[in-house]
Amino acid sequence: MVGMAASDTHRAIDAVWRIESARLIAGLARIVRDVGLAEDLAQDALVAALEQWPESGVPRNPGAWLMSTAKHRAIDLLRRRERLGRKLEELGHEFEAAEEGAAPDFEAALDDEIGDDLLRLVFTACHPVLSTDARVALTLRLLGGLTTQEIAYAFLVPEATVAQRIVRAKRTLAEARVPFEVPRGAELAARLSSVLEVIYLVFNEGYSATAGDEWMRPALCEEALRLGRIMAELVPNEPEVHGLAGLMEIQASRMRARVGPSGEPILLLDQDRARWDHVLIRRGLAALERAKRLGGALGPYALQAAIAACHARARTPEETDWVRIAALYDALAQLAPSPVVELNRAVALAMAFGPATGLELVDTLTAEPSLKGYYLLPSVRGDLLAKLGRLDEARQEFERAASLTRNGRERTLLLVRAAACERGARPPLTG
Amino acid sequence: MRFMMLVKASPDSEAGVLPSREAVAAMGKYNEELIKAGVMLAGEGLHDSSKGARVSFSGQRRTVTDGPFTETKELIAGYWLIQVKSKEEAIEWASRVPFEDGEIEIRQVFEDSEFPPEVLPPEEAERERAMLEEVQRKAAKP
Repeated sequence: MVGMAASDTHRAIDAVWRIESARLIAGLARIVRDVGLAEDLAQDALVAALEQWPESGVPRNPGAWLMSTAKHRAIDLLRRRERLGRKLEELGHEFEAAEEGAAPDFEAALDDEIGDDLLRLVFTACHPVLSTDARVALTLRLLGGLTTQEIAYAFLVPEATVAQRIVRAKRTLAEARVPFEVPRGAELAARLSSVLEVIYLVFNEGYSATAGDEWMRPALCEEALRLGRIMAELVPNEPEVHGLAGLMEIQASRMRARVGPSGEPILLLDQDRARWDHVLIRRGLAALERAKRLGGALGPYALQAAIAACHARARTPEETDWVRIAALYDALAQLAPSPVVELNRAVALAMAFGPATGLELVDTLTAEPSLKGYYLLPSVRGDLLAKLGRLDEARQEFERAASLTRNGRERTLLLVRAAACERGARPPLTG
Repeated sequence: MRFMMLVKASPDSEAGVLPSREAVAAMGKYNEELIKAGVMLAGEGLHDSSKGARVSFSGQRRTVTDGPFTETKELIAGYWLIQVKSKEEAIEWASRVPFEDGEIEIRQVFEDSEFPPEVLPPEEAERERAMLEEVQRKAAKP
């Protein structure tokens, strides 16, 4: 790659950083036992690359170059801190061990450990001592290789806020002496669900955006998908990891079909299925299969993926297996009970067994305090009432829903349906 | 963004010569890297062109030509579909393919939003306009 223009080299270094940074930070964190310090060292190595590679060209194995540069810096740094003499000894040990398999295949010698290191880094970045915001920022920064600026854009907050969040998070981890390790036994399940929660949160931030930078939002979905795919390889025996991956793949497959040309939302049953991304659907179905093959009852993510898969498999809305979807929502309601799940179950029941069955369940939810102010409750209820020919009640519900939604286009849609009820026409069917 | 890494055919691939065990192992390791990094969406190898055909168009006429085709270097022998953040990242991944010779062509895949609006089905826009009109009509006569 010698002979590139300097700016080309910089872009090439960005690409190398994107690919290598997480592994680099993870490998360093195992040695220095401090993710903050590890990231600083990795950044130093990046600076060295930016200085040297435009002259020397990008090395054949850029990852190994960055790692060995950072390790030398780690040793220099710790040498200067005399009082850390004992730690230095340990470090020297680790370093030698890592260097042993050096020359011909440095990378291969580290290969087995890289996966473990990455996993340690994931669990550390999503550690429960950190606030959710901090977990998200740290995960995107350390594992996604996103810059502070990119994270700030994506979450519509000032860059300084994100920078501070990350600095504080690193300090909290250091002060709490959070060990750089993969949790074991009973702790593992709880900690894993924290990791999956962070990833899904990032995904939803991008997926359900009602405002914000249009370019960065899909990028968040892509980043979450990438993290989900990485996790699926790091912990291949955990069904929920595949469940989450499958759920995100299938949801993302509808991305280009769910918004109309002028930005209006298009409901699932109205979407043009030809515009669904069939590469992602295939991947999502495969991930769900992997979750199932591992055996046992499906967890909440796998159940949601299975529901999404029912829609993905149906060539037309009429082919949707609503009986199965209702059963899956039933299982989900038992595992992770919530009024929103119940509302979705009611919709599935209505589609499977008729509007009266659905309405029966919806009516039990109207007193639910957590659904007060949730526009989808009156919207669904209005839909079912309209299907039963109770148009006056339906109109009131649509109008109430319109007054509750914050999305202007959704409001328009609801007012149209209310107007249709008033005229006595049966409004178009929607899910 | 998505890129296709297209593997160009070689005299060997066109002759249906299977790669050595070492080459297959190295490729397996590379694919594993792509998967572990969460960037690989799909990837497949293609049979030699003798098992394929070409359909050419001229107005209403369709002409079918059976393989093999001679211009080996212009043929495609396989592909990867990857999801990355930049063309440079795609180049970096392509550079890591364990080939001794040959060529990989990197091509960016069109994203939906890149199509001009007139290529998209106009029904949605139509529906939206109808809705707005109806709401306005309703607001006009209270």
